[in-house]
Amino acid sequence: MAEGRRLLLHGNEAVVEGALAAGMRFFAGYPITPSTEIAERCALRLPQVGGRFIQMEDELASMAAVIGASVVGVKAMTATSGPGFSLMQENIGYAALAEIPCVIVDVQRAGPSTGMPTSPSQGDYMQARWGTHGDHPIIVISPSSAQEAYFETIRAFTLSERLRVPVILLMDETVGHLREGVELLDASEAAASDRLARDDAEQAEKPYAVLPGEYVPRLSPFGQGALYNITGLIHDDRGFPTSSKEAADRLCRRIMEKIAMNAGEIERYESRHMEDAQVCVVSFGGTARAVQAAVDAARGDGIRVGLFRPITVWPFPEAALGRICGRVRDIVVAELNGGQMKMEVERVAAGRCRVHHLGRVNGAILTPGEILAAIREVAG
Amino acid sequence: MASRLIERYMRGAYLPHIWCAGCGNGIILRDVVQAVDNLRLEKRDTVFVSGIGCSSRAVGYLDFDTLHTTHGRAIAFATGIKMARPELKVIVLTGDGDAAAIGGNHLIHAARRNIDLTVVVLNNNIYGMTGGQFSPTTPIGDFSTTTPYGGIDPDFDIPALAQAAGATYTARGTAYHAAQTTKLIEAAILHEGFSVVECVTTCPTYYGRKNHRGNAVEMLKWQRDNAIPVAQARNLPREALEGKIVYGELWRCQRPEYTRQYAAIIERAGGKKQ
Amino acid sequence: MVGRIQINQEWCKGCGICVAFCPGQALGLAEGKVRMLFPDQCVGCGLCELRCPDYAIWMEAGDAGEARQNG
Repeated sequence: MAEGRRLLLHGNEAVVEGALAAGMRFFAGYPITPSTEIAERCALRLPQVGGRFIQMEDELASMAAVIGASVVGVKAMTATSGPGFSLMQENIGYAALAEIPCVIVDVQRAGPSTGMPTSPSQGDYMQARWGTHGDHPIIVISPSSAQEAYFETIRAFTLSERLRVPVILLMDETVGHLREGVELLDASEAAASDRLARDDAEQAEKPYAVLPGEYVPRLSPFGQGALYNITGLIHDDRGFPTSSKEAADRLCRRIMEKIAMNAGEIERYESRHMEDAQVCVVSFGGTARAVQAAVDAARGDGIRVGLFRPITVWPFPEAALGRICGRVRDIVVAELNGGQMKMEVERVAAGRCRVHHLGRVNGAILTPGEILAAIREVAG
Repeated sequence: MASRLIERYMRGAYLPHIWCAGCGNGIILRDVVQAVDNLRLEKRDTVFVSGIGCSSRAVGYLDFDTLHTTHGRAIAFATGIKMARPELKVIVLTGDGDAAAIGGNHLIHAARRNIDLTVVVLNNNIYGMTGGQFSPTTPIGDFSTTTPYGGIDPDFDIPALAQAAGATYTARGTAYHAAQTTKLIEAAILHEGFSVVECVTTCPTYYGRKNHRGNAVEMLKWQRDNAIPVAQARNLPREALEGKIVYGELWRCQRPEYTRQYAAIIERAGGKKQ
Repeated sequence: MVGRIQINQEWCKGCGICVAFCPGQALGLAEGKVRMLFPDQCVGCGLCELRCPDYAIWMEAGDAGEARQNG
């Protein structure tokens, strides 16, 4: 219906179109503000392309159904907001350990708890990384426009399929409900990568064994005769529970290393006016839009300030930001939370520059004027 | 070395299984594979899904595509599989705690949808894996490590719960009545729609010991002496069924199946040619 | 033709279920493992196989009571 055209979409709708372009054919979800339009558009659009939508009884079930669909080889997605995201965490950990591709959209709203359902926030930044228990791999992407939501959803599927890791699309209410023109790709241009699978005897015998030089097992979908076991228990190459410390160490390290070994492909950020900057504003998602306006205005006043915007927010782009920390005098982290990304920035800065925080936890956004004032104060 | 049935359908390298001596789960798992054999189900078209607990370790022993999931969520995972690939036979092996406590919401909603899953509940009346705490099917007054003074929580009748929620086939078997239970599981798999077979199993290690039910043999003898076929039970007064196990096919009806209805939606939306 | 009882003692956990419910009382436990004690009393009903939780005893085609013990 919509390929190869420019449409006026809000961010949540753009996510659905990106997912469909990437080949998503299953969605399970539960209504929650401000993510509900994603479920609504999936209910409308999926059967049009032969896909399937189901509204589950809660978010625990939604995440479980998404993993079930992915196990049989269908690209699958769910969408939610803070309270529902909390409920999904256990099964997100299952997907991380069992290496089942899936995309989870969290359209952040102000918390904690039920919080302010219709107000924007970026308070789930740390939860997106560490919400589920145990050391685990995860990729988190935070777009700042409807167009970027479209492209980054396609990339989320590619990364999830290729690396067999849950990918979280960390939206916020601002981007989710912001209406913009979105250029849609032709199906051929958009095609996201599919997971690699093998169907030889070795696969049936040791489905979780990786080929030499690789970090990702090539599990074949259920229903094709490989007949293997998937479990959330620590398992050996055969996919069976093991209490071997060596096997546990090998598995737990490999699932982290597959992220580290592919960091170049995963990492994505925008750097603006940073060539000669003395002050850097670090911001992401919807907040970065206000920062961009403030930085442009400050440049007009002759202040040497730039913007560093992580698009892939986990793993944190520490090499790129590290180079900046060695060059600038001050960093201002602007985010709609109490200082969650600031902690990462301080860790990377390691005392090489001053790190300031401009945060907000009351459901309101940061305006360009407020950010400009902060830049002026820091720039002296 | 094992029987033809076991060699054909189980992963012999992982046997003997982890269950305690005399645990009825092994008997019921054999009933399941006997049913699969009787129906000549193809391995590649059949997926087994389980949750967490003693019961849910069952799938690891089955030579099929097997998904051992998180506690309580087996039916929700299975729903995703069935929706994505409706042509697969999807069989859930779960326990009383898994299906009726932490996973109770998924049980009733899958029943409401009448999605074509077969759920075999291995009901041992206790949480075995964690060491003998009371479950939603521990009879009121019974003892467990968390009811040291006797339980005050009433117990669920799982098939009745599933029926009330919309399941279109329900049955109850026991570990003792192996041949009959096999037939009930067969009928459930053949039934198009959401089917639940509660299999009353025996936990000599925790439930039996805490409630002075004797060893595995004594517990099976109790099942033999206290199980009443459903046809006979229908003619008995309510008091006569107190503390008894009513076994057999309890409920069967026809209602549109969920994935079949969704296929019609795809057709209506124009997505069939895709 | 009735079956022949096979026993895999490695899998037997000695729960005694097959012994207790054997209609011919042909089976017994020795050192915690099942044994065919009285082959001529085996009626070949196969109930031991149906109720063995450990798949350690079963019936194969052959004459009643000809126990072959393994493991």
